[in-house]
Amino acid sequence: MIDGWLLNLLLIIVKSVVLTVVLLVYLAYAIYIDRKVWAAVQLRRGPNVVGPWGLLQSFADMLKFVLKEPVIPDTANKGVFLLAPFVTAMLAVAAWAVIPVNDGWAVADLNVGILYIFAISSLGVYGIIMGGWASNSKYPFLSALRSAAQMVSYEVSIGFVIITVLLCAGSLNLTEIVRAQDSQYGILGWYWLRLLPMFIIFFISALAETNRPPFDLVEAESELVAGFMIEYSATPYMLFMLGEYVAILTMCALLTILFFGGWLPPVNIAPFTLIPGVIWFVLKVTFFFFFFAMVKAFVPRYRYDQLMRLGWKVFLPISLVMVIVVAGILQFAGSAGAN
Amino acid sequence: MSFSTALAHHFLPETILALGVLALILIGAWRGTRAFGLVNELAAGLLGLAILALFFGQTSEASLFEGAFVDDAFARFVKVLTLVGSLVTVLMSRDYLQRAKLGNFEFPVLVVLSTIGMLLLVSADNLIALYLGIELMSLALYVAAAFDRDDARASEAGLKYFVLGALSSGMLLYGASLLYGFSGTISFDGIAKAITGAPPLGVIFGLVFVLAGLAFKMSAAPFHMWTPDVYEGAPTPVTAFFASAPKMAAVAITTRIVFTAFPGIVGQWQQIVIFLAIASMLLGSFAAIGQTSIKRLMAYSSIGHMGFALVGLAAGNEAGVRGVAIYLAIYLVMTLGAFAAILQMRVEGRPVEKISDLSGLSRNNGTAAFFLAMLMFSLAGVPPLAGFFAKYYVLLAAVDAGLYPLAIIGVLASAISAFYYLRVVKVIYFDEPAPAFDQSPLSLRAVLAVSTVFLLGFWLYPAPVVEAATAAAKSLF
Amino acid sequence: MAVAFFYLFSAVLIASAFAVIVSRNPVHSVLYLILAFVNGAGLFLLAGAEFLAMILVVVYVGAVAVLFLFVVMMLDVDFAELRQGFSKHLPVGAAVGAVVLGELGLVALGWQSAPGAKEAAAAPIVAGVSNTAALGQVLYTKYFLFFQASALVLLTAMIGAIVLTLHHRPGVKRQKIEEQNARTRDNVIEIKKVPSRAGV
Repeated sequence: MIDGWLLNLLLIIVKSVVLTVVLLVYLAYAIYIDRKVWAAVQLRRGPNVVGPWGLLQSFADMLKFVLKEPVIPDTANKGVFLLAPFVTAMLAVAAWAVIPVNDGWAVADLNVGILYIFAISSLGVYGIIMGGWASNSKYPFLSALRSAAQMVSYEVSIGFVIITVLLCAGSLNLTEIVRAQDSQYGILGWYWLRLLPMFIIFFISALAETNRPPFDLVEAESELVAGFMIEYSATPYMLFMLGEYVAILTMCALLTILFFGGWLPPVNIAPFTLIPGVIWFVLKVTFFFFFFAMVKAFVPRYRYDQLMRLGWKVFLPISLVMVIVVAGILQFAGSAGAN
Repeated sequence: MSFSTALAHHFLPETILALGVLALILIGAWRGTRAFGLVNELAAGLLGLAILALFFGQTSEASLFEGAFVDDAFARFVKVLTLVGSLVTVLMSRDYLQRAKLGNFEFPVLVVLSTIGMLLLVSADNLIALYLGIELMSLALYVAAAFDRDDARASEAGLKYFVLGALSSGMLLYGASLLYGFSGTISFDGIAKAITGAPPLGVIFGLVFVLAGLAFKMSAAPFHMWTPDVYEGAPTPVTAFFASAPKMAAVAITTRIVFTAFPGIVGQWQQIVIFLAIASMLLGSFAAIGQTSIKRLMAYSSIGHMGFALVGLAAGNEAGVRGVAIYLAIYLVMTLGAFAAILQMRVEGRPVEKISDLSGLSRNNGTAAFFLAMLMFSLAGVPPLAGFFAKYYVLLAAVDAGLYPLAIIGVLASAISAFYYLRVVKVIYFDEPAPAFDQSPLSLRAVLAVSTVFLLGFWLYPAPVVEAATAAAKSLF
Repeated sequence: MAVAFFYLFSAVLIASAFAVIVSRNPVHSVLYLILAFVNGAGLFLLAGAEFLAMILVVVYVGAVAVLFLFVVMMLDVDFAELRQGFSKHLPVGAAVGAVVLGELGLVALGWQSAPGAKEAAAAPIVAGVSNTAALGQVLYTKYFLFFQASALVLLTAMIGAIVLTLHHRPGVKRQKIEEQNARTRDNVIEIKKVPSRAGV
């Protein structure tokens, strides 16, 4: 008996470690893609010195951050100041526990997986608030307040979008949601087409939720220097950046799972079905990450009141109405409650 | 009977109000600051419609929503009283609020929302329905108390009411959780069935906590501390509302819960109710003597009256419940009449609220002075006015149940309280005239006149109220 | 393993709840409160109520506590001043607290349920229906009244918050998107011929 659960525990730990390592390596190249895309849009070369085509740039950056001395401001609230980046990084990675990268390949295949991710991502704001407050400095604090309001606002519309997907899929389990999209139509059967407005709203809300441009008012460098991260340096700073990018990858993964058929091949015929699901999954995540990078490169930053207006006066009503419409259609089409 | 027909027959007033209030909010949001008058009238219309739905609706008993909601004669009787209280409040508030620059459409909306809570409360047949009803009622009341948000006293009133109200809700919830833990069910019937023989300590604690929470809502001593400050601080129409409709609902649910959930342990809750009754009556009589503000006076008066209503409850029998029902009806009319008179106290456009401002009213405005004097006589319980009969029925029930000391204390308290009511009459008739009051709007004069006529004429034709109260009491047993 | 986690969550929950009260810094108190919430969610998970656990985190930790933290950070409450009467009121408060605690201890020690209470309180779990689906099935049918009544309570709270805080200040310039979009070149730009050396 004891051996049974010990083995189980060991298995979970091994799975988690493998997932984390793969995720972080992937992250290193996601950052590389981000910088390369940005550079390309601005007709620059981007990172190209460390390693062939600059492929090892992210690792060099990591070494630099780790080896530097972390400076803690004298007036900072030390405990909270150091806790904040850890919270951000931990939570961001923790969200991946339930994400199925292939059929059955999730560390924990929770029944309420989507709620778990939603809960974890709603906790993400604490890292920022704690960091902003503990720095005991004006710009970080302003930035923390901004981000708290922003993230709470956009969570609402994300929540409603998720509800429409749940209504269609009839389950809160991420694996089930992907399976529900498996049909003979391939890419056309995925939810992005059926719930097109929600797909767009989710993408834009995801930008806001992860504080990516054009909604990066948290660190709007022209107004707030660097937002809540001003006082951070070395490893704590790296943890913040890591948390932020992992959160972005989480959102890309969510887009993939909720709207883009997870690990499913786009067309249900031979050459495509032979490729393993995990490859499809990674490709799709990369595809969405590319969009994140492109948006960052060429969309100008929103003003704060415009951001709030978009969230509360445009997205919230639309998504609310869509919940009712989707529920109504499912009810009258007779496919409601198919769980 | 299908669910929807049952809903249409027994849940109609609530449905009307709930759907109506959503429409009111939309109208208010659409028309903005100009919406007050229209929303006010529509809210009055809704409340009136709900009263009509009760009068012409079903007379059968029904239990809806898996036993969460019961519609019986008792519920309908109290609901009519509650709705009348809210309706008259809405009618009386318009002029005052507009003059005080408080004419926001949210006020009638809050009154209607609070009234929905009261209706749910009166019909509550399990612990969750009870709690949700109380919260809906109270939450709107907290906001209403602080409605004049730029006024320090009103804000203080709202905050005080909110903090103490939250505390009382917490006590109620704690008691409810003990009861649930004991019986394993939230339904009142189920709790009654689970209590067999001598109740264990947990049940008694649950009972005490639940009753304490409810006593807060009806402001019975010793849970009355918030009452005078809130009554004084809140805008006067809000005070009128506080003194009328919520008390009906709170006393009604207390009556329902003790008779449906604790019929087997009458001895246990009777002690508590007797204590509450005596404390309230005595406090209402003594503390009101020194008051100079008419609103504070009415606060202590209402505490005293709740004590008398609880005397009927303490009797623990059908006659007692009938007494409570009659008491509530008459108290409602007296309170609304008194507040109609208080709302008329306005000198050069400014509201005044000192008792001394009433002096010599008989020479300035004979009619109003007469009406107010009759109201005061009735509140004091002078025969043959209705206030006397209200006390008569509850004290009679107490004597029948053998509670002689309680009845005697009730008579004494009544005699003491007569002192300050009659002092108001003396101020009106025999003191030097204070500055005359402004001409008051028709609605206030109408309420004052109708209530006085009711009080004067009750002894001639008490049958409708007494019969309805008898039927109401019967439906609880 | 579940037992070990139960004790872990419970111990951290109690410790952090205690820390909420004793922390000198209000922001630390709120952070401990959040820790307490998260551990409460963990206990829910162990009890098999995964939906409640997640909702607790989403609603209380993700939204309510954020706003709470917000307020605590913004208000510069002088806690030294608030604590001034503390030692004076301590004996009375402690006495009342001790009496209540003693009485509740009496209740808890002598606790007995009605026969059949446990069976009555138990909710039958339908096989093959997940926790969340089971909740959904009763929430909108059996407990419809409660659901709607709660909705009205929340509506009231919303109206109340607006009534008590919304100030319509005159003279505030707001962006009117429609007006901006309706501007055309013709009704905004006026072309003047400026003669040389004459100025406008």
